[in-house]
Amino acid sequence: MFNNFFHKMASPKYFYRISGRLIPWLAIAFVLVTLAGLYYGLVKAPPDYQQGDSYRIMFIHVPAAWMSMFVYVVMATAGAIGLIWRIKLAEVVAISSASIGAWFTFLALVTGSIWGKPMWGTWWVWDARLTSELILLFLYLGVIALYNAIDDKRTAARAVAILALVGVINIPIIHYSVEWWNTLHQGPTVTKLDKPSIHLSMLIPLLLMAVSFKLYYAFVVLMRARCEVLERERHTGWVRELAETK
Amino acid sequence: MTPKRKKRLMLIALMVAGVAIAAGFALKAFNENLMFFYTPSAVAAGEAPVNHPIRVGGLVTTGSMKRQEDGLTVRFDITDNAKTITIQYTGILPDLFREGQGIVALGELGKDQLFVASEVLAKHDENYMPPEVADALKKTHDEGTAGSAVNTD
Repeated sequence: MFNNFFHKMASPKYFYRISGRLIPWLAIAFVLVTLAGLYYGLVKAPPDYQQGDSYRIMFIHVPAAWMSMFVYVVMATAGAIGLIWRIKLAEVVAISSASIGAWFTFLALVTGSIWGKPMWGTWWVWDARLTSELILLFLYLGVIALYNAIDDKRTAARAVAILALVGVINIPIIHYSVEWWNTLHQGPTVTKLDKPSIHLSMLIPLLLMAVSFKLYYAFVVLMRARCEVLERERHTGWVRELAETK
Repeated sequence: MTPKRKKRLMLIALMVAGVAIAAGFALKAFNENLMFFYTPSAVAAGEAPVNHPIRVGGLVTTGSMKRQEDGLTVRFDITDNAKTITIQYTGILPDLFREGQGIVALGELGKDQLFVASEVLAKHDENYMPPEVADALKKTHDEGTAGSAVNTD
């Protein structure tokens, strides 16, 4: 049964139907969780003992940074599945994730920079954390550029998957950069083995925003994947049927 | 899994492992260059070059901050709880600069062991809490053993 489900999901036609039903629910959940997260983060959470109110940018910055790495892992995994099993849908998910991940990375870099100016006293430094995150942005841009440079989309997807898999080494480097080397960027607050060094009233909105960003990614990647599926399958019977009935 | 797929899986695993090993060696080779700053202990051990722009980082020692007569130049000590460096800096300090706070200074180490900084950045720690909690922590801490402030560990 389990195997059967995956075989069905891998069929573009079935995926198109199911994802169409999922998207509205994911979008509604995203709006609700985001509103809750912003309310708790911007209204309910107390100011920080050192930074006052300016720490609140972390409710965007931290989830964006987590997502930048999460989306990359999803993209590389989907790429590997596409390479090994030659599943078209995995290729579609991989390339549909690339630009979303690139925007998350960009958001993390920009919000970090805006926070860095008043807190550190500089917009940017070349420390290990900031540099490896910038490399992540370049990896995403490289993936997008490479995909668009090759006309045959199935060949392009294979090339992109290899690039994404080579770049996956950057993910542990980003995560551990603050522990392996001296950096200006502070160490992990939540994702460490020790108890999180953040007060509960600030941790709750942070986790809500993390869920919100995940939901956003989930419904946007499905929307993008549906477009990509339609474009790739435009000569097949079911897509023509779909176009005629609408 | 068909033999063909197995082969492809092995090839990908080999590629990722190869890249990881290569990256590991490269990062190990460049380890020193990847350090954003030297600690006072590293400077004391003579690892940092003299008369060459470097960054040093550490916690500002409580009670070491002294403003010079011109009103803009400050002198303070930073420490990593083992060794200490004296820093001299002329200019505006960042908002988070205070005694007990981590900082990173860019400048040159003179022969007299005085570090003349051209830029001072505040290093934020990973602790976030409301002011009341910080006060309560500080109170219990002060009542307990004397030592460094709460936010410095």
